[in-house]
Amino acid sequence: MTSLTTPKGAGLSSVSTGRKIKDKLVQGFVYLAFVLALVPLLSVLWTVVSNGVARLDPTFFQFSMNGVSGKDPGGGAYHAIIGTLEQVLICSVIAVPIAVLTAIYLVEYAGNGRLGKVVSFFVDVMTGIPSIVAGLFVLALWLLTFGFEFSGFAGALALTILMIPTVVRATEEMLKLVPNDLREASYALGVPRWRTVCFVILPTAMTGIVTGIMLAVARVMGETAPLLLTIFFTKAINTDPFSGPQGSLPTFIWEQAADPNQNSIDRAWTGALVLIAIIMLLNLAARLVARRSAPVSR
Amino acid sequence: MAKRIEVSGLHAYYGGVHAIEDISMTVEPRSVTAFIGPSGCGKSTFLRTLNRMHEVIPGARVEGKVMLDDEDLYASSVDPVAVRRVVGMVFQRPNPFPTMSIYDNVAAGLKLNGVRRKSQLDEIVESSLQGANLWNEVKDRLGKPGAGLSGGQQQRLCIARAIAVQPQVLLMDEPCSALDPISTLAIEDLIGKLKSQYTIVIVTHNMQQAARVSDRTAFFNIAGTGKPGKLIEIDDTSKIFTNPEQKATEDYITGRFG
Amino acid sequence: MSSETGVEAAAATRRRTPSLRMSTGRAGDKIFVSAARGSGLTVLAIMAAIAVFLVWKAIPALQDNKANFLTAEEWNPNAVPPRFGIAQLAFGTIVSSLLAMLIATPVAVGIALFISFYSSRKLASVLGYVVDLLAAVPSIVYGLWGLIFLSKHMEGISKFLNSVLGWIPLFGGDSPGKNSIFTAGVVLAIMILPIISSITREVFLQVPRANVEAALALGATRWEMIRLSVLPYGRSGMIGASMLGLGRAMGETIAVAMVLTFVPGINVHILENGGSTFASNIANSFSEASETGRGALIASGLVLFVITLLVNMAARAVVARRKEFV
Repeated sequence: MTSLTTPKGAGLSSVSTGRKIKDKLVQGFVYLAFVLALVPLLSVLWTVVSNGVARLDPTFFQFSMNGVSGKDPGGGAYHAIIGTLEQVLICSVIAVPIAVLTAIYLVEYAGNGRLGKVVSFFVDVMTGIPSIVAGLFVLALWLLTFGFEFSGFAGALALTILMIPTVVRATEEMLKLVPNDLREASYALGVPRWRTVCFVILPTAMTGIVTGIMLAVARVMGETAPLLLTIFFTKAINTDPFSGPQGSLPTFIWEQAADPNQNSIDRAWTGALVLIAIIMLLNLAARLVARRSAPVSR
Repeated sequence: MAKRIEVSGLHAYYGGVHAIEDISMTVEPRSVTAFIGPSGCGKSTFLRTLNRMHEVIPGARVEGKVMLDDEDLYASSVDPVAVRRVVGMVFQRPNPFPTMSIYDNVAAGLKLNGVRRKSQLDEIVESSLQGANLWNEVKDRLGKPGAGLSGGQQQRLCIARAIAVQPQVLLMDEPCSALDPISTLAIEDLIGKLKSQYTIVIVTHNMQQAARVSDRTAFFNIAGTGKPGKLIEIDDTSKIFTNPEQKATEDYITGRFG
Repeated sequence: MSSETGVEAAAATRRRTPSLRMSTGRAGDKIFVSAARGSGLTVLAIMAAIAVFLVWKAIPALQDNKANFLTAEEWNPNAVPPRFGIAQLAFGTIVSSLLAMLIATPVAVGIALFISFYSSRKLASVLGYVVDLLAAVPSIVYGLWGLIFLSKHMEGISKFLNSVLGWIPLFGGDSPGKNSIFTAGVVLAIMILPIISSITREVFLQVPRANVEAALALGATRWEMIRLSVLPYGRSGMIGASMLGLGRAMGETIAVAMVLTFVPGINVHILENGGSTFASNIANSFSEASETGRGALIASGLVLFVITLLVNMAARAVVARRKEFV
């Protein structure tokens, strides 16, 4: 072994320039990648804020688009905000129990069983459903087969399909974090299984689950495609989510952006600003909830 | 090609935690120096400051001087990458690159250093594997994944990988703690053979091992949880194990403590 | 871990059953487990219903169709007789999402590397948050931004690419425009960036510390460490992540629908205005669709559903494969 010459010099500052340059090049690329990701984010936020403030006035929150045409100034998104809130609320009311129970089934009951694996697989598949397909499904089932009309509720149904898998996965993750000792301690006290789940495991995982739900709500709130096919369009206020077309913020932006008049475009930007603001607030709130008490430590 | 290490006034930190305090010692070339001491006494941390691996942990930093012959490892002109090339390391758990063959594992460091010629690579891979007492066991399956070997073989593969780049110093961080007794014996034999060419530093929690393989032994201790680790004494192994200067060393050696 | 829990828990229940005064607990258990299992079954039922109802409602339109559904480029389901085919939609969908994947993957891997190996821990968490924000922006906002802001700037880039790379048919054509498949691909790339980078990051986090240290101790530079330890370990994860991004891009509707201007027929010059995807076509034509028109859109949605399903399943399989290494 000693017969061989040492490959290259062996001093302490002898890393070859070629290697150093390659290292720096990659470092440069990695930094560049990050800047490349920041540019669109900042650009989106900046354009939305700077264009959106123009119409960020009381009128925007107090009036609908009823009787306002594309080239007119004024008009607002009251009908759309009402619609979005109702739809997301209904969607959450349906999706959250199904999703949380499904996660409980997967973590606490399914074990290694066949059904658990199948459900888990299809939750993954569901995550990948394009949102427009969820809309088409509700269209095919609720509107074309059952003969119901366009409504906020139909939109909520479509959103439910998109929300369930996200909440299942988030809840699953949190339930898995609950230490096994806790379960065993509870069983050892003779507490029935369902009470253990409801009063020991769920409370332990609760903040994490709430965070997951809030993030899921923020996500479905921005969905547009399925709503186009289910709530359709209206310029007027419709507070009843169970009958007739309803507005929503995303479809409001879609409609206003399709009109070339500057007044419409302005309304679209303000709609986008309001939507982003609500979503970011939800995200922030979710993070605060998550931080305030981490689910479990050790 | 072995060099002497001289450490003076060395402190190491993990973020705000003071891990080891004011260590000064000399490690003689062509000999084996063993570090012993209770868990958490900073002996592994100290070992990692000798090839600047300590600082790869986020927030970790080092103060003080480590001279390798006449060069300071922590001088501002020194590239840590070059330091690690000169001061090789073997870890507690064998860590061959899982996606590489046995051959590629040994050749990995050489390729980094610009050795491209197949004949030269072949030669060094063979001599390194022989140097690690592994050649006869693997010469027929050099193309197979390194992860397929037994634990002891994997550790010898890691030693071959480390010596392939012909370092000046070889650091070993509890190299046998994950191995069975027979593999341990093979590694200890190997250490005895390698010391004719390298400066070897080995961290071990096994005092018999320190007594068997080392020429000099350093005892590290810690005053209490949260306190930094310190070097208590370093001397010839025979002296440390028979007639140590310090009471703490004697207590530890005789099992009255730790 | 979940499975173990279930088994142990089941054992715990069994152990307890002989007790005499447990009847109330057991009734509660029965109701609760039925509810939980029922919810799981609901998920399966929804998936089945999606497939069944899409097929069922697509069939009449497909029967009335006088053109070849798979190869025709035109989309006139409202005409008498209805003529529609998915060739143009498939072309637009595949090209725009592949483009998005090609643009987004290197950047996303770069971001994941940055967060995992180049930034301090504190900075990393901030940066992770920034990427999450990118994911939180709804597609309608990206669409609006793409339509009004980005497309203006894309015109110049398209003209430049056309003048330099015009000899490649894909970048050829006489009139590079701003509402092109290329612009749509760029918007999609931004939208799928977060998912690719977050999955890649997860994979990088699982690279054993021992492998990283092995490379560093050998005297590897940071890049060499990444090449020796991180990339081989994370390769299947990265491929899977970019495929998931591809699936996401294929199903993305609104942003694409807003950016593209519809021009009939397949145009391989992706810098020129025009193009259409499955999803954007559904969003754009729905409000004027007749009964057959809706059936035709459902049929095209079914095709999209199947394609994204296949891509996603393949991606999950690839991501799961990396577990072999551990």
